[in-house]
Amino acid sequence: PASRLWAAVGAMAAAAAGPGTGSGPGDSPEGPEAEAPERRRKAHGMLKLYYGLSEGETAGRPPGSDPLDPTDLNGAHFDPEVYLDKLRRECPLAQLMDSETDMVRQIRALDSDMQTLVYENYNKFISATDTIRKMKNDFRKMEDEMDRLATNMAVITDFSARISATLQDRHERITKLAGVHALLRKLQFLFELPSRLTKCVELGAYGQAVRYQGRARAVLQQYQHLPSFRAIQDDCQVITARLAQQLRQRFREGGSGAPEQAECVELLLALGEPAEELCDEFLAHARGRLEAELQSLEAELGPSPPAPDVLEFTDLGGSGFVGGLCQVASAYQELFAAQGPAGAEKLAAFARELGGRYFALVERRLAQEQGSGDNSLLVRALDRFHRRLRAPGALLAAAGLAEAATEIVERVARERLGHHLQGLRAAFLGCLTDVRQALAAPRLAGKEGPGLAELLANVASSILSHIKASLAAVHLFTAKEVSFSNKPYFRGEFCSQGVREGLIVGFIRSMCQTAQSFCDSPGEKGGATPPALLLLLSRLCLDYETATISYILTLTDEQFLVQDQSPVTPVSTLCAEARETARRLLTHYVKVQGLVISQMLRKSVETRDWLSTLEPRNVRAVMKRVVEDTTAIDVQVGLLYEEGVRKAQSSDSSKRTFSVYSSSRQQGRYAPSYTPSAPMDTNLLSNIQKLFSERIDVFSPVEFNKVSVLTGIIKISLKTLLECVRLRTFGRFGLQQVQVDCHFLQLYLWRFVADEELVHLLLDEVVASAALRCPDPVPMEPSVVEVICERG
Amino acid sequence: MEDDAPVIYGLEFQIHIVDFDDENNIISKNVLLHQVGEIWHISTSPADKGVLATCYNKPSDSKVLTCAAVWRMPKELEPGGHESPDDSTSPAHTLELLCHLDNTAHGSMACVAWEPAGDGKKVISLADSHILLWDLQESSSQAVLASSASLEGKGQLKFTSGRWSPHHTGTQVATANDTTIRGWDTRSMSQIYCIENAHGQLVRDLDFNPNKQYYLASCGDDCKVKFWDTRNVAEPVKTLEQHSHWVWNVRYNHSHDQLVLTGSSDSRVILSNMVSISSEPFGHLVDDDDLSDQEERRPEGKSQEPPQDSVIATYEEHEDSVYAVDWSSADPWLFASLSYDGRLVINRVPRALKYHILL
Repeated sequence: PASRLWAAVGAMAAAAAGPGTGSGPGDSPEGPEAEAPERRRKAHGMLKLYYGLSEGETAGRPPGSDPLDPTDLNGAHFDPEVYLDKLRRECPLAQLMDSETDMVRQIRALDSDMQTLVYENYNKFISATDTIRKMKNDFRKMEDEMDRLATNMAVITDFSARISATLQDRHERITKLAGVHALLRKLQFLFELPSRLTKCVELGAYGQAVRYQGRARAVLQQYQHLPSFRAIQDDCQVITARLAQQLRQRFREGGSGAPEQAECVELLLALGEPAEELCDEFLAHARGRLEAELQSLEAELGPSPPAPDVLEFTDLGGSGFVGGLCQVASAYQELFAAQGPAGAEKLAAFARELGGRYFALVERRLAQEQGSGDNSLLVRALDRFHRRLRAPGALLAAAGLAEAATEIVERVARERLGHHLQGLRAAFLGCLTDVRQALAAPRLAGKEGPGLAELLANVASSILSHIKASLAAVHLFTAKEVSFSNKPYFRGEFCSQGVREGLIVGFIRSMCQTAQSFCDSPGEKGGATPPALLLLLSRLCLDYETATISYILTLTDEQFLVQDQSPVTPVSTLCAEARETARRLLTHYVKVQGLVISQMLRKSVETRDWLSTLEPRNVRAVMKRVVEDTTAIDVQVGLLYEEGVRKAQSSDSSKRTFSVYSSSRQQGRYAPSYTPSAPMDTNLLSNIQKLFSERIDVFSPVEFNKVSVLTGIIKISLKTLLECVRLRTFGRFGLQQVQVDCHFLQLYLWRFVADEELVHLLLDEVVASAALRCPDPVPMEPSVVEVICERG
Repeated sequence: MEDDAPVIYGLEFQIHIVDFDDENNIISKNVLLHQVGEIWHISTSPADKGVLATCYNKPSDSKVLTCAAVWRMPKELEPGGHESPDDSTSPAHTLELLCHLDNTAHGSMACVAWEPAGDGKKVISLADSHILLWDLQESSSQAVLASSASLEGKGQLKFTSGRWSPHHTGTQVATANDTTIRGWDTRSMSQIYCIENAHGQLVRDLDFNPNKQYYLASCGDDCKVKFWDTRNVAEPVKTLEQHSHWVWNVRYNHSHDQLVLTGSSDSRVILSNMVSISSEPFGHLVDDDDLSDQEERRPEGKSQEPPQDSVIATYEEHEDSVYAVDWSSADPWLFASLSYDGRLVINRVPRALKYHILL
């Protein structure tokens, strides 16, 4: 208490000194509120200085003032002589006077401050002095009492020493007696041991028995050379053997469940039974139980269809088999941890074998699921399956159960992808069948052709919805909450190779192939595939090329954020394939339709007797049929394809009259050369004409528009007509009939083609060829031809 | 026949014998009048170069009937007989009729084919749905119908074309009707094979590979040329699709059967190199063996290169449909083609290819 008191006094002194030293010549004019913190700091500084704390020197001083400056009135090193000297030397008289009055004022203020402080603290000083005086008295009293205590303690020590000296020998005897007693107790325990053990065994308290045996064994071992102990040991051994046998019996019965069995094993181990044998036996028992589980699973699997759904199945498997396996594994590891790697290896082999059988069962069950369309159940089942196996997987890393499970899940995922691809294909084929039926049905009813555009839209939307459904179904595999979705396969390869490449790209490819196969079908005679279907497929492929493919792929890429770096088929390649397919289909359509009309024309030319025909009165019905069919085709194509570009000259709506006019003019062009006298002239003329016209490529590839398609069909038809005409011989009226027919065709076909000049050329060629094939070429008057055609 | 390559082709009522002098690049022609009617088919005897057979339209009152006859051309015009061919001035020669192939009972003759490498006494003719084998007797002055067979089936079946196989000692004939190709044994006049739907549309022409006895080429209105192995007719061995309209003719080169010539009504003639199905082993096996004996064994890869079929050249000289093409019988590198507008074009196999084949 004394030192604390002194500190308080010091603090008081410093507080008293503070105000005085704080007000110097550099006092700021702001007033007491502003300088309060400054002053306090200064006071602290003084205190710290007093207690020798260095930091006060820098903190408590206003910046810029040298602490060693002897002229600093508040400094520690203030020297009045130097200060006065300096003042006197530096300052003028007036300032000296000022500083004198100032100094006087400050001194006065300091004095008064000091006075107030002393007044204020007077009482405290008084009481402090009193306290110190009282303390002096008290200490003196305490000293006396301490002396007395010391003498008392000395007396006690003396007595205690005397007592222990007298008790010494007795204590030793007691210790010896206690030792004998303990030994006797032990001996008694030993002698009683056989009976106790028997009792325990009878009562079934095996644990207790094993504990007793454990306690006694070492002692018996040690003293077995003494016959009495020997007898006890023998008895014990017999009982122990019986105990072990009973334990084993219990263990073998197996019905009591894994924990109890584990207990049995534990006891047996404690009895010192060979661990390896126990291992095997333990595993054999576990196997029995797990096999029962597997068998029940297999029974669930059974051949009968109303098996539980796959989720239930995996649940059963998970709780029954996997749970059991887990228990076995953990019990085993606990019990036989001492067995080291060999034991672990045994367990791993055990787990591997049973796990393999379990997987086989699961796979069989999953295989049954392949046919169904519901992915969510399957994915949930797989999820459970995978999740369940994580526990034993962690427990038994060596058995590779988790890996195998992942593999199974991957395989199933792959199979699902294949299944979906198959489904998509089937859906596509189904669409095609529907279209075929739709195309066939109204024809029977004799109505106008079916809405091809509508059919197309139906097909497109149905395929798209199938694709979307498949994507959604497959997407379940990568859902966040599914335990296996973060496996590398599902993050990478599944998305890019499986879904994008395998499913989507594969489907688009197979769609193209299916479509293309219609082009290669052996039914070249046109019977197999309805032409409208070709047209529709062509448009479908073209639509895919322009929009759908990129849409589907974008959708896929969005849904399955592809992180895999493996190369994927670019959109452009697929588009090119689709376009090629569309082109081939359309070309094939043109061929088929051209062939239909060609056959009609050809039959009409080949079967007729052109030599003995009568003078033409009418356009032949075949030609009307040709025009009708062409119009029908035009309508059909128009439903799906855009108009396309014609040569500028025919875009005029008043074209028809012009065409008639021009065709009659053209007839005029070759008419004069029909006189029999100048057959060579015709030849020459047509040759010259050909020199200036472009070669006509008959089966040229078509563009994706109506005009191009129609042009192709008409070209094929007219070329056929030309070649057929060249193989026949015509009489005069035969030639005239050809003339009439050609004019009629010209009247009606020009508007379908891109370049009507083409029709003119070919038809001119036909008439010219017919004229050449006629021994008596007398052409009909153009006006008559026109009249007949108008009438027809 | 020295360097000359005679080509015979028919025009209405005339037969032109065109001589091509390879050395001087001069073409000369002789005209033979064929007064009985317009000629639709022509074929020459393999034994006697002065004898030929034609199928011609006989003008009758209201019917056109195609007949066939065997003719002998005047001695001095026989190919190889060097005359002073001042054809512009000299009057047209006339053919000497040897005999008619009487077809009144059978209908229009589509074509006549001589037994190849025979003695010029056996002729097959196709008349509507009948195939007739004639025996020409007494130096071709008399044609006796030796045997015949006919197609049976619904509809009007009509032969379009036929070829006599140069193999099997001349006992096989192939015919085409509509889309079907049939093979016949001339001894029994029975069908030995039948390729149904050989082409999508009408089959226009056939030709036998001169060096591989079971190989047959066909062409038709589906713009395709197909190659068949007659032992297995389920599938064509090879299909070409180079023409853009009906293919009217297909001809194997007589000595190098990888060269195949086709003519089409798209007015093109295409010369193809069918290495993969030719009789000549690709990469010259014999040479390779010799070389490998002499030199160190070369790395295999080069000679193992798979044969590449290719189009050697497309000839676009014609302005109108090409109806006939054929190889020269004298010079294996020479061929001619004839089109509707009467233009005859004689071409050579490109020199580079020729040396490639020869060396």
